[in-house]
Amino acid sequence: MATIDSGFATPDTSTYRTCGFTGLRVERQAELLIRVNAVAAVLFLAWGGLLGLSVALTRWPAVQLLPAEWFYLALTGHGANVLLFWILFFEMAVLHFASAIILGSRIATPRFAWLGFIMMVAGAVMTNYTVLRGDSSVMFTSYPPMMASQWFYLGLIIFAVGALVNVMVFFGTLVVAKNEGTYNGSVPLVTFGAITAAIIAVFTLASGAIILIPTWLWSLGLITEIDTLMYKVVWWGMGHASQQINVSAHIAIWYAIAAMCVGAKPLSEKVSRGAFLMYILFLQLASAHHLLAEPGLSSSWKIVNTSYMMYLAVMASMIHGFTVPGAIEAAQRRNGYTRGAFEWLRKAPWGHPAFSGMFMSLVMFGFIGGISGVILGTEQLNVLMHNTIYVPGHFHGTVVAGTTLAFMAMTYFVVPLIFQRDIVWPGLAKLQPYLFGLGAAGISVFMMGAGTLGVPRRQWDISLSEAALGYDFPSAAYLMMGLNGLSAILAALGGLLFILIVVASILAGPRLDRPGAKMRFPLHQGGAEAVAATGSEGSPKLPGTIILVTIFFAAFVLYYFINWKYLSELWLFQ
Amino acid sequence: MAISSPEQRLWWKQPIHGAELAWIIVVFLWGLFMFFFMIAWHFIGNQNLSTETYRVSPDSYVERVEAFADEFQATDASGNLMEEEGVPVVRPPAGGDAYLVARLWEFWPILELKVGESYRFHISSADWQHGFSLQPVNINLSVHPGYEHVLSLTPTETGVYGIVCNEFCGIGHHSMTGRIRVVE
Repeated sequence: MATIDSGFATPDTSTYRTCGFTGLRVERQAELLIRVNAVAAVLFLAWGGLLGLSVALTRWPAVQLLPAEWFYLALTGHGANVLLFWILFFEMAVLHFASAIILGSRIATPRFAWLGFIMMVAGAVMTNYTVLRGDSSVMFTSYPPMMASQWFYLGLIIFAVGALVNVMVFFGTLVVAKNEGTYNGSVPLVTFGAITAAIIAVFTLASGAIILIPTWLWSLGLITEIDTLMYKVVWWGMGHASQQINVSAHIAIWYAIAAMCVGAKPLSEKVSRGAFLMYILFLQLASAHHLLAEPGLSSSWKIVNTSYMMYLAVMASMIHGFTVPGAIEAAQRRNGYTRGAFEWLRKAPWGHPAFSGMFMSLVMFGFIGGISGVILGTEQLNVLMHNTIYVPGHFHGTVVAGTTLAFMAMTYFVVPLIFQRDIVWPGLAKLQPYLFGLGAAGISVFMMGAGTLGVPRRQWDISLSEAALGYDFPSAAYLMMGLNGLSAILAALGGLLFILIVVASILAGPRLDRPGAKMRFPLHQGGAEAVAATGSEGSPKLPGTIILVTIFFAAFVLYYFINWKYLSELWLFQ
Repeated sequence: MAISSPEQRLWWKQPIHGAELAWIIVVFLWGLFMFFFMIAWHFIGNQNLSTETYRVSPDSYVERVEAFADEFQATDASGNLMEEEGVPVVRPPAGGDAYLVARLWEFWPILELKVGESYRFHISSADWQHGFSLQPVNINLSVHPGYEHVLSLTPTETGVYGIVCNEFCGIGHHSMTGRIRVVE
């Protein structure tokens, strides 16, 4: 084990190739690890997505596909597979990419990275097995005193520890790259974003361990009781913070794709990095967002912990919401699209699936996921939609339309650059992000609409036909749930197309490791020279971005006050 | 580019773009406003969730709800005890305590409240976690076993209101409902 223990002190025996497209030095082990993590991610996405489709079709009252027991089982599996397994496997690939590939370094302790990967696979399979066995339909949140099988918790713990091992390898790789001098100056912004994600991941996985280990012991009968409120406080330390890993990772990907597609560079490094830093500093107790309708927590605790006095984490996202399109606009203007306020946007590479996916992810994360998240996270407004289907509507806006779409977009670069295979069926590949994006937007908006009408989340039958005391939801609620089902079909088609394209490209795409090979969806060329050639590019004019963020801000303020108006019409309660 | 190291080694000394700085200021002020508005609503608003909570054992809570239902069960014009679908209709005194228990799979009992009167509304769970969702008003609260939540509740309109459980509580979750009647 000497080679592992002494790390970077040993001579570098790794093998490298030089990427013919980017000129980056790509180390063999890093490349293999990215490949296996990406493949595992896509497989769990396929499985979790299928479960998600069955959930949406069951919640379409006219269809009601699954019987109740199967519905709750499928919903538990859907949450675990897409929210944890797909996203975390892909994030491990992103971490290895942002460290070893971007910095041109070898990976630290590849054996540990493989160990972590194997643990993650074992944990994910174990959890899926227990869910399918039918004795662990406790939902992704597994609130006590409802108890799942011991193997359910153990699977999640093993998965989380495996992820933590990979995060540690990532930190190790940063140290190796620094010591071996594989880059000059500061790490690139994308790596900085990935570091943010990794630091939050440590906090998240630790919270998960702190609550899941006692819960596991409780399921074994070694602990008599888990306090329900304490469980929620700690569990959401994992549940909410893990979404911040996603946000940091997908924003890092926005910057990466903007650089790779149009040659964008950050408007100012200081601002973009500062905004990432704010995620680390101001998110850790964000579990408060999920506890606003709970008894036993004081108003000041709720107000302070949802906002940290001034919504600094929201502010960080809104800063990225300016700097990402701003960087694209500045780059496009350098590329020659200077007419009017929006020529840069009209003539953006909309036929490039990485770009179209990335830009839709940016817009939908802000308008749908972001605004609704702040409304849900406001102390009093939360009462209006707590645990209604508005909540899944919100987080499908962040995690599906935001994170998943960004990860899909990035895959259109991962396949050619890491698997060295070109994308097959370019016509379908161009269409794929639009199909998935439209479906994801529909899912989010229609679930939010139904939630506004009171439809509960995680509920099999809104006609309440088995209840002794009935209640009739308005017909608009049924319409919304039907439209949600249709949107889910669209998203599922987009997801299926994505998986087929990726698998076919990896297995049978044209080989790109030959001299003179060209990518169908190319990288931006000459961006670096254009940057160097422009003398006064320190402060480009950004009229288009200013108009876009003004529209966003107006929508935000309007929707915020509409909800206060709704609140003021409720029964009075103190 | 964002995937290469900053061109300026001392990137933290580079000036901030003017429009970027303006946006940061707008966003910061908006964040401050939203923070202070939550506090302000405690003074200007009539919808603020009470934090009055007591530790309670589920069994003793159920006993108190049953005693409350026995004491205040409503009677109709001919003096018969009122119930709907086998659930007693309970008419707590205006301004007094009103109890509700959430349990697998019902909200019990049915409460009949007077419009414009405020009640000390108690809610807790006898077993698992549940979600109190009052429809179509759309007031949504979490209900825990072992925690008795007390809020002052004032109905503003008459009618028959449904309570739907919106925290997953097992296979009967979608049959868990309750009712509140609001009368003149």
